[in-house]
Parts: sequence; C-alpha cells; structure tokens
Amino acid sequence: MSDWPLLSLVTFLPLVGAGFIFLFAQGGDAQADRNAKSVALMTTTLTFLISLVIWANFDNGTAEFQFVEQHGWLGGGIDYRMGVDGISLLFVVLTAFLMPICILASWQSVTTRVREYMIAFLLLETMMVGVFCALDFVLFYLFFEGGLIPMFLIIGVWGGARRVYSSFKFFLYTLLGSVLLLLALIYMYFEAGTTDIPTLMAHGFTAEEQTWLWLAMFASFAVKMPMWPVHTWLPDAHVEAPTAGSVILAGVLLKMGGYGFLRFSLPMLPLASDLFVPLVFTLSVIAVIYTSLVALVQEDMKKLIAYSSVAHMGFVTIGIFTFNTQGIEGSIFQMLSHGIVSAALFLCVGVVYDRIHSREIARYGGLVNRMPVYAFTFMVFMLASVGLPGTSGFVGEILILVGVYQVNTWVAALAALGVILGAAYMLWLYRRTIFGELKKEDLKQILDLDRREIVYFAPLVVLAILMGVMPGPFLDVLHVSVDHLIEQYQTAMQAASEAADVAQLAAK
Amino acid sequence: MSMANPHDYATAAPEIFLALAAMALLMLGVFRGNRSTRLLCWLAVASFAVALAIILQAPAVRSVSFAGMYVADSFTAFVKAMVLIASAAGLIMSMGYIREEGMARFEYPVLFVLATLGMLMMISANDLMAMYMGIELQSLALYVIAAFQRDSLRSTEAGLKYFVLGALSSGMLLYGCSLIYGFTGATGFDAIATAMQGKEHAGIGLIVGIVFLCAGLAFKVSAVPFHMWTPDVYEGAPTPVTAFFAVAPKIAALALFMRVLIAPFLAISADWQQIIIFISIASMLLGAFAAIWQDNIKRLMAYSSIGHVGFALIGLAAGSAEGVRGVLVYLAIYLAMNVGTFACILCMRRKTGMVEGISDLAGLSKSNPMMALALAIFMFSMAGIPPLGGFFGKFYIFIAAVNAELYTLAVIGVLASVVGAFYYLRIIKVMYFDEPGEPFEGPMSVEMRAIIGLCGIFVVFFAFYTAPFIASAEIAATALVP
Repeated sequence: MSDWPLLSLVTFLPLVGAGFIFLFAQGGDAQADRNAKSVALMTTTLTFLISLVIWANFDNGTAEFQFVEQHGWLGGGIDYRMGVDGISLLFVVLTAFLMPICILASWQSVTTRVREYMIAFLLLETMMVGVFCALDFVLFYLFFEGGLIPMFLIIGVWGGARRVYSSFKFFLYTLLGSVLLLLALIYMYFEAGTTDIPTLMAHGFTAEEQTWLWLAMFASFAVKMPMWPVHTWLPDAHVEAPTAGSVILAGVLLKMGGYGFLRFSLPMLPLASDLFVPLVFTLSVIAVIYTSLVALVQEDMKKLIAYSSVAHMGFVTIGIFTFNTQGIEGSIFQMLSHGIVSAALFLCVGVVYDRIHSREIARYGGLVNRMPVYAFTFMVFMLASVGLPGTSGFVGEILILVGVYQVNTWVAALAALGVILGAAYMLWLYRRTIFGELKKEDLKQILDLDRREIVYFAPLVVLAILMGVMPGPFLDVLHVSVDHLIEQYQTAMQAASEAADVAQLAAK
Repeated sequence: MSMANPHDYATAAPEIFLALAAMALLMLGVFRGNRSTRLLCWLAVASFAVALAIILQAPAVRSVSFAGMYVADSFTAFVKAMVLIASAAGLIMSMGYIREEGMARFEYPVLFVLATLGMLMMISANDLMAMYMGIELQSLALYVIAAFQRDSLRSTEAGLKYFVLGALSSGMLLYGCSLIYGFTGATGFDAIATAMQGKEHAGIGLIVGIVFLCAGLAFKVSAVPFHMWTPDVYEGAPTPVTAFFAVAPKIAALALFMRVLIAPFLAISADWQQIIIFISIASMLLGAFAAIWQDNIKRLMAYSSIGHVGFALIGLAAGSAEGVRGVLVYLAIYLAMNVGTFACILCMRRKTGMVEGISDLAGLSKSNPMMALALAIFMFSMAGIPPLGGFFGKFYIFIAAVNAELYTLAVIGVLASVVGAFYYLRIIKVMYFDEPGEPFEGPMSVEMRAIIGLCGIFVVFFAFYTAPFIASAEIAATALVP
C-alpha cells in the first residue's frame, strides 16, 4: 500500500472524475445532470476515503515529509514533488471531507448547467488538495492560483445578483497578492537553485532578503487569509457565491493563507517573521475587534458569518506568530475547526435560503417552532463558532489565547475581547432567526431538514463535538511537525543573535 | 563551429525553396485565374510544410554564408518553425473568409508566401543590409494584404495607414543603420561585434544609431511609443489578415530585434538595455490599461498584443541566454493563444455578416459551449493563470528578469498582468455570466475546429511537456547568446 502514489491519487482523482463527466455526461437533459451529480458524489467520496487511508498510514512520530513522490518536471531544480507532514495532512483530509458534503448540498439547489457545476467543483478540489500536498514551490503556486479559475466561474455563473462584481473582486484581489508571491518564488529559486520546499527551508536567506521576500509573501497570504484591511473581497464573495461555493471558500480556501504562513513564511524566513510580529499582531487584533463589531450590525446572514470568519482568521494569525507550541497548534486546530463550523453555518443559511430565497435576518424569526431539528443543528454550530467548551471552537481559541498570553498580554486581552463580541453577534443572530414568535406567513409552511440534509449535517455535528471533547487524535498529528517548526525557528534566531554578537565584538 | 563557405546555398535552403514556390504559385495563379485560389492556398500551406521539414532536418550547427550576411543556427530554426506554423495557420484560417467575403483572388496566398519569405530572411539576417532586405520584402507584402479587401473603406484605410507609417519606420531604421555603419565601419553583425570588443560603452553617435534602429524595430513589433498604428490596422484589416499580423510578423520582428541587439552589441548591453526597459514598461502598461475601454474584440486584441510584446521585451532587456529562452517560450505560447483566439473570432458570424463586438459574445457558453470553453481557456492563459501555458511563458520571462536583477521591471510586469487580467476576464464574463444573444451561424468548419482544438490542447497541457520544450528553447537561446 505504501508504494502507491497516494497523494497524486488523492489530488488527481477529482480531475479524472471531471474528465469523465466532461466526456460522458453529455446531452444536457435531466438524465445527464443526474449522472454528472452521481459521478461527482462518487468521486469525492472515494477521494475522501483515500485521504482517510493516508491518515491511517501516517506516522505521527516524525516531522519528516511522508508519502513523498518525486518525478522530473520542468527541470533545472523544479520537479514534481508531493508529500505531507503533520501540518498539511489534516487540511487534505478536511478538503476531501467537505467536498462530498458540497456536492450533496448542491443536489437540488443547483438546477442550471449542473454538469459544468460539478466539473468546476471537481477541478477546484484537485487544486485545493494539490496546494496542501505540493512539496515544490512552483507546483504549490500552480495549484494555489489555479484554484482561482473554477472559483471565479462558480461565483460568476451560479452566484447571486451582484455576482459579476464579486467574482471580479475575488479574482483580481487574490491575483494581485499571488503575483508578488510569484516574484518571491522566482527570487528564491534564483538564490537556492531549486524550488524544493525542504531545501528552501534549510537554505537560510540573509536578513535583508528575508524582509523583502516576507513582504511579498505576506501580500499573497494576507489577502487569502484574509487579514484586515484586505478582507473586503470576502464578504462580497461569500454573499454572492452559491451555498457550496461559500462552504468551500470558508472551509478550505481561507486556510491556504494560514497554511502558507506555516509552510513558507515561518520556516523559510524566520528572521523576517520575527521582525514583523508587531505588524501581524496589530492587523490581527484590529481584525478580531473591528470585524466582530461589523458583524454585529449585519442584516444579511451570510455577510455576518463572513465577517465572523475574518475575525476567526485574526485569531489564527495571532496564534501562528506566537512561535510557541500552544499558539501554532491552536491556530491549526482553529483552522480545522473553523473549516467545519463555518462551512456548516453556511450550509445552515443555505437550508433556509433554498426554502425562502432570502438571507435577510429580518425575514426570519421563530423557526424553532417549525424546524426543531434545524434549530438544534444550527445551535451546535453557533455554539462551536462562539467557542463553547465541549465544541471544537473552544480548543483552538483557548490554545491560541494561552499561547499568546506567554508572548504579549495585551494582545491576549484584546483577542479575548473578540471572543466576547463573537458570542454577542452569534447569539443575537440565533435569537433573531430561530427564537421569537413565528409571524411571517410563508415561514408557517416551512419544512424541517429532509433526509438528504440530515445526511450531510450529521457528520459535521459529530465532528464539531468530537473535536471539542476529544482533540487528542487531531493534536497528535500536529505535535512533532509543529515542534520541528518551532525548533527551526529558534535555531535560526539563535544563529542570528550569535552572528550579531560576533559583529558587535568585531566592531569593538 | 562556423562553416566559412562564402556561398553555401544550403544555409538559405528554406528561403530559396519558398522563393521558388512563390514564383511557381504565381505562375499557376496567372494561368488558371481566381478559381484556383483554394488550390493555391493549400499548395502554399504545403510549401510552408516543406520549408519546415527542410529546417528541421538541417544539422544543428551554426552556418554562415554569403560573405557573413546570412546565418542559420538553432535559434533561427526555432523561430522559423514558429513563423512557418503561424503563417500556415493564418492561411488555413483565411480560406473560408476570403471565399465568403468575395476576396478569393489568387494573389492572396502568393503574398502570404512572399511575406513569410521576408520573415525568414529577417530571422536569418546577419548583416544590416540583409536585415533591411528581409524587412522590406515582408512589409511590402503585408501592406498589400492589409488592403486586400479593396472595396472596403476600412481595409484600404488600414493598408494605407500601415504603409505610410511603415515607410516612416523603415526610414528611421535605415537612418539608424547608416549611423551604425558610420561609427563602427561595418554592416555585418560579426564585424560590428569585433569592433565592439573590449568596449563597455558606445560613443554618442553609435547610441543615436541604436536608438533609431530600436525605434524602427519597435514599430514593427508595435511597442509603445510606436504602437499607434496597431489598433487601427488590426480593426480595419480583414480578420484573418489581422490574425496573421498578430503572430507571424511579430515573432519574426522580435527574433530580429534580439539578434540585432545581442549579436553585435552584447558588449555594450548596458547602453541599449535602458531603451528596451523603457519600451517594455510603456508597452505593458499601455496594453493593460488601454484595453479596458475597448468594445471591439479586434481592437482589444491589438492592445493585448502590445502588452504581450512588452512582456516579451523583458526577456530581451535581461540580455542573457535565459532572457532569450524566456522570449522564445513566450512567443511559442503567444502563437498558440493568438491563433486560437483569432480562430474563435473568425467564427463570430451572423446572417448579417461578421461581427466584432465583445458584447456579441454574450451567452456563448450556452449557444456554443465548446467555442466558449476554448476562448475562455485562451483568455485565462493570456492572463497568465496557471496551470495554462500563458503562465509558463510569463514564469520564464520573470526568471530572466529576476536573474538579471531587473526587479522594478519585474514588479511592474506582474502588476500590469493583474490589470490585464481584468479585460481578459471581461470576455469570460460576457460569455459565461451574461444572457445569450442571437447565436452565431452554422457549424464551424473542420479547419477551424482543428486549429482551435490543437491550440487549446497545446495551451492546456503545456505543463506536461514543458521540460523538453524548455530544453529546445534553451539550445536555441545559447546559439544566440553563447
């Protein structure tokens, strides 16, 4: 089993599925649409199963990259290299886990151009999984930016009223950041002679180089994250994207920014990462507090959750730049938890949107009377998003706060303020939509979750609680790799300070 | 490994063959009249294929002949192959159009062959005189083709504009050549290179000469500030002619641009680099911003090609083998993207005739999904989005720029590519997001489908055969920059 190219399989299987639909599900009638949906569901489920096989065979005890594959590609030090370590493995599983749910969630809500829709989602899955598996910078970039094409089409073709504006904003914002990343990549290639990620991590760029490279990378990852003040594309994209598009955006695409920091900025540019901690902390604290306040006054449910995502990602960046075990593990855990919880929240919005075709909070109220199962499901995710102990959201938040408390008390205090605000807007949202009197006429006829919806909500509910009460198996995957990352960082810092001492002595 | 045979005709074998073919085609056309146009077109395509075969089977060594005026090496082979493919594609795409528009006269394929012959001569020129001969043969044929739809006001206006401005640029070019001759005492590239040996900077007179030379060539590749003719000629000329203009002459002129600056003047590269950097930045920015407001797709493609030339010139500005390799890769992908795009544009036909508005593409993804898909692929590729071919073109250009430490140029380049992405996305938006208008006429011809399909496959799957492609481009580049 271990000599199978599992990572290539998990990456390109969706592409095969897309090709299959493209070639065989032709005709444009209802039958072809049904076939396309079935193929997409089967492909994504199979992909998820393979990702579980990878997890099962993964060795938690080493920080080395595992399941490594290497083939010649462009030549001149740019090769096709795949591999996962503790940091990337769970993102692969998360992506593969969310995809079948997305397909199921679109089963009835997407009625036009079903075939193209499924192809776009499968293409997107290949790109997303590839991002987390790539062990070559150019390959990473290929997947990282290639994902823009299907997402642009998903928002633009199947989106809401202002879809054109949103899709352009999404595409151009992200592209603007990415091209600077491309230049950083080329410079590193020029310096190191290869784009092999482990080699680049060990290369040791000079302090001045690091500063510029870090800024170029930051432009890309901060937009993707998204960090304040470059977050404005996210609410627009979320609001206009179809439900499954929002799920993927919140669940996976936002994680690429955080993953980028962990995979590139920190290990390759430790000195610059250290230098820019104040910048990251400032932007993150602003994000946490400001976007929480903005979320409070939103009238659109999707927009509210989108702003809450920005706030949660603010936590993540704070955690990453603490450079200690709790902070980094907390932020990875927070990303995973957010991937499940915010994805589920968007699905919750999708449920009522499919029925009433409105996302306005004021259009709802008293849903608990007609939809008890829905109210329960929504509550679980609402509480997980708030960070109630016993849910997945708590573990990440508490680890990050513990981590940052060791570094900077003020940031910890301000971030904790964000937790309170988070509780405020989520609970208020819940009260306004679920509780209260059932006044609206059309809501009196609204139906509770059907079987298909229960099928895709059930694993999400289970995971949100399981990760809360039993975070061990997830954190175990991270430990060694995170420790290795911190070790790399500390060695680099020590070397730099020794060099500075020597220089000082020499000056005397 | 120079073979110093003064009259080695094998060096010019493809050109000699094409010249003979052009004459034979002309005779055939004169005797059999306009009803033989289609036959002549296919014969011309066949002669391009034969010329390509002659080039590919030639030994990969540098051979110089005609007293050093003419050179053939891996670099010329690579570029000539691209030009011949582009010319053949241009001619195949024209056949349906010239029949429909009533311009199927037998001179059309003959002029194509003559223009291509001129281009091959430009690519192989190793002397200022040979260079000028090639340019003029090419230009004269192109002036006539631009005005070939002689009953159309737009076409004749385009031809005239092209002719007047082209003559002006040829004048500048010639003036530059005369200055260079005056200050170096030679017209042969090798002889000038010998004269330049050991120098780091050129005298002021030689610099003025190089500036005029660059101005003339910038006109031929339609680089800013000598681009003004491009949108008008692109819009006015018959569409297949525009498709031809956008690719083959650009490739030939850029190859010549590289040779004429690098072969004789490599020693003083610091002097001409700044000129190229300026026109490169100006072209990228103008190409990116001016295209935003266009609503005619041919005009849009004109600005797009100005922008692409700006990107390609980054590689020349680097002045290294890596830079030349980048330009060659870029041009090959540019060829596929442009030929494919123009093939799509040529399929924009309604009952009332050809249409050229971007809004005419509305809802194409519903009325003709395959054509929309192909055009979308070309547009994403032109915007440089991976994993499509266009990304690799830009990637290798920027590698050269970063290695030559041209950081400002690289940053401006990537930012311009983001602005440029906007208008490529706009075409995709019109096709995919907007409601369909009246569909285009009838099934696409087999030739068009084949061309669009081949170009699409080349662009989509470029990531799979990048390595051998880069390797051969590298061999070609090292033939020019040792």
